[in-house]
Amino acid sequence: MTDLSNSVSIRDLSLSFGAVTVLQNLDLDIKDGEFLVLLGSSGCGKSTLLNCIAGLLEPTDGQIFIKDKNVTWEEPKDRGIGMVFQSYALYPQMTVEKNLSFGLRVAGMPKEEIAKRIARASNILQIEPLLQRKPAALSGGQRQRVAIGRALVRDVDVFLFDEPLSNLDAKLRSELRVEIKRLHQSLKNTMIYVTHDQIEALTLADRIAIMKSGVIQQLDDPITIYNRPKNKFVAGFIGSPSMNFLTGELADEGGRTVFRTNGTSFSLAGYEATETLPPGRKVVLGVRPEHIKVDGDLAGEEAHDAIVDIEEPMGADNLIWLKLAGHTISVRIGGARRYAVGAKVRLGFDMTMASLFDAETEDRI
Amino acid sequence: MANVSILNATGAAIDAVRTEVAAGPRGKRPKKVLSGRNIMVYGTLGLAALYYLLPLYVMVVTSLKGMPEVRLGNIFSPPMEITFEPWVKAWAQACTGLNCDGLSRGFWNSVRILVPSVIVSIAVASVSGYALANWRFKGSELFFSVLIIGAFIPYQVMIYPLVIILREIGIYGSLTGLVIVHTIFGMPILTLLFRNYFAGLPEELFKAARIDGAGFWQIYGRIMLPMSLPIFVVAIIIQVTGIWNDFLFGVVFTRPDTYPMTVQLNNIVNSVQGVKEYNVNMAATLLTGAVPLIVYFVSGRLFVRGIAAGAVKG
Repeated sequence: MTDLSNSVSIRDLSLSFGAVTVLQNLDLDIKDGEFLVLLGSSGCGKSTLLNCIAGLLEPTDGQIFIKDKNVTWEEPKDRGIGMVFQSYALYPQMTVEKNLSFGLRVAGMPKEEIAKRIARASNILQIEPLLQRKPAALSGGQRQRVAIGRALVRDVDVFLFDEPLSNLDAKLRSELRVEIKRLHQSLKNTMIYVTHDQIEALTLADRIAIMKSGVIQQLDDPITIYNRPKNKFVAGFIGSPSMNFLTGELADEGGRTVFRTNGTSFSLAGYEATETLPPGRKVVLGVRPEHIKVDGDLAGEEAHDAIVDIEEPMGADNLIWLKLAGHTISVRIGGARRYAVGAKVRLGFDMTMASLFDAETEDRI
Repeated sequence: MANVSILNATGAAIDAVRTEVAAGPRGKRPKKVLSGRNIMVYGTLGLAALYYLLPLYVMVVTSLKGMPEVRLGNIFSPPMEITFEPWVKAWAQACTGLNCDGLSRGFWNSVRILVPSVIVSIAVASVSGYALANWRFKGSELFFSVLIIGAFIPYQVMIYPLVIILREIGIYGSLTGLVIVHTIFGMPILTLLFRNYFAGLPEELFKAARIDGAGFWQIYGRIMLPMSLPIFVVAIIIQVTGIWNDFLFGVVFTRPDTYPMTVQLNNIVNSVQGVKEYNVNMAATLLTGAVPLIVYFVSGRLFVRGIAAGAVKG
């Protein structure tokens, strides 16, 4: 098995419950050892897709391959997958040890082998002192670790995570996030991770699949998703505070293409267009708050006047909301730089990092 | 040192200010014991308790009196001379029809009906409830609806057909027949109870067990059953009290020598020959009611918990 082989492949997968279509002709290839995050808001079909891969839901149409084997009709246990749930789903009446070994006992594995595997998993996850406790006596983070351990002992090819950190508080979430990343680096298993949290997605993923209404909008590495979003939905979904969108149209000013909104023109110099930019085309310009230069940052490029509307200091950063050409836009600057409300500032857009979308199709141009 | 004393002085001053600030209402608001609300609540509860306990008191008191004392007619007065003779007579000597061995025969008949009926009905209903909640199959919703409708059809409608069916099979009049009847009639309500309980358990537990490779029976036996003690207690109580207190099926589907306790009690209390022995009747009634009463006392708390668990979701 080479590194480039696919661990999980999904072909033309569709799923509908009666008249409601959840997944539509979905294709997805996940490489061996890859960490793929399925990202989307609730109801976009990401958990449904994961359940289909796990074999807990039957697709209406399409095929699923795991390790080049067609598992579309296989039982969950025969697919070589382990799954971690949001609610941990630990068996409450069993101790941690019994929870870990349940699947192995069901499979009729010899006792010595079970003990060996539990020792290994509990060592990796550092849950040895908890083995004789019941789940009720564990904290949220410990429970989730045990839940991961249950997948670990089964020695599976593919780990499936269904929003595993959503039930934890913010601090624990960031700790376990790092732990999951470390786990992936040491185990090198294929992992498919469902979340609605973009930070988790950006920090963990080798590649992110952003889903909306059962369709994958963009499948790329986090940097590309962040900087070159394929459409307006992806651009608005990723990034917090979210991208500024300015509606306007393209125009020709003395031979150079500009973006014009409410009478103000912005030079598009530096923007790498994938299509031609004919004057008159209705477009949406998207600029992230950190890709706008303010006052002292400007180095002689085109600049515009704006008025400070609201200031949101966030510690490390300072987010200021400005009125510019009839739009309200947010700009992220260093936490030490403060502006009074009503102050006048000079702004310049970094067009190399900006995105232009067609106003109608909302696709990147 | 001087500095320290100044510090202490200011500290004390701050403390003083603090106590001053706290002089108003603080903490829990005191509640009057004899408020109008309390009198209403406890008064109503007390009256209700009295209303239900008084008949029981009369029964216990009367069952401990001899016949001469009963004839005096002071039903509320405690017995002047406590005698257990009525209890002994009710249990071992009272006559029903041709038999004069008291309620004991009916008691053992009832036990022989009760135990298999409860076990079989709960076993079947819990498995079907589990299947309906977790293993949806084509038509499972329809099946469930039909079952629920079954709970609303009056028993009386089905008695005659059932008698004929049991006669044709050849078990009419036997305890086996009655056990089957009880099992069937317990099915709708018990299945509903179990389905709702299992549907209320986190679905992810079931999914996790499937990924762990457990099948239908393994998930039932090793995951679901150990989590379902409260609902089993509820089911047991419903079935034990229901089947023990049943009169109609007992009188229809058994013969005099296999009559359950309730039917026998009726025959003792309603016998028209001779003197009405109120003390024996009271003792017999108390003996018959003892089983459900004990069940309630033993499992009251679990019962409430299970009812709540089964009722909230579904």
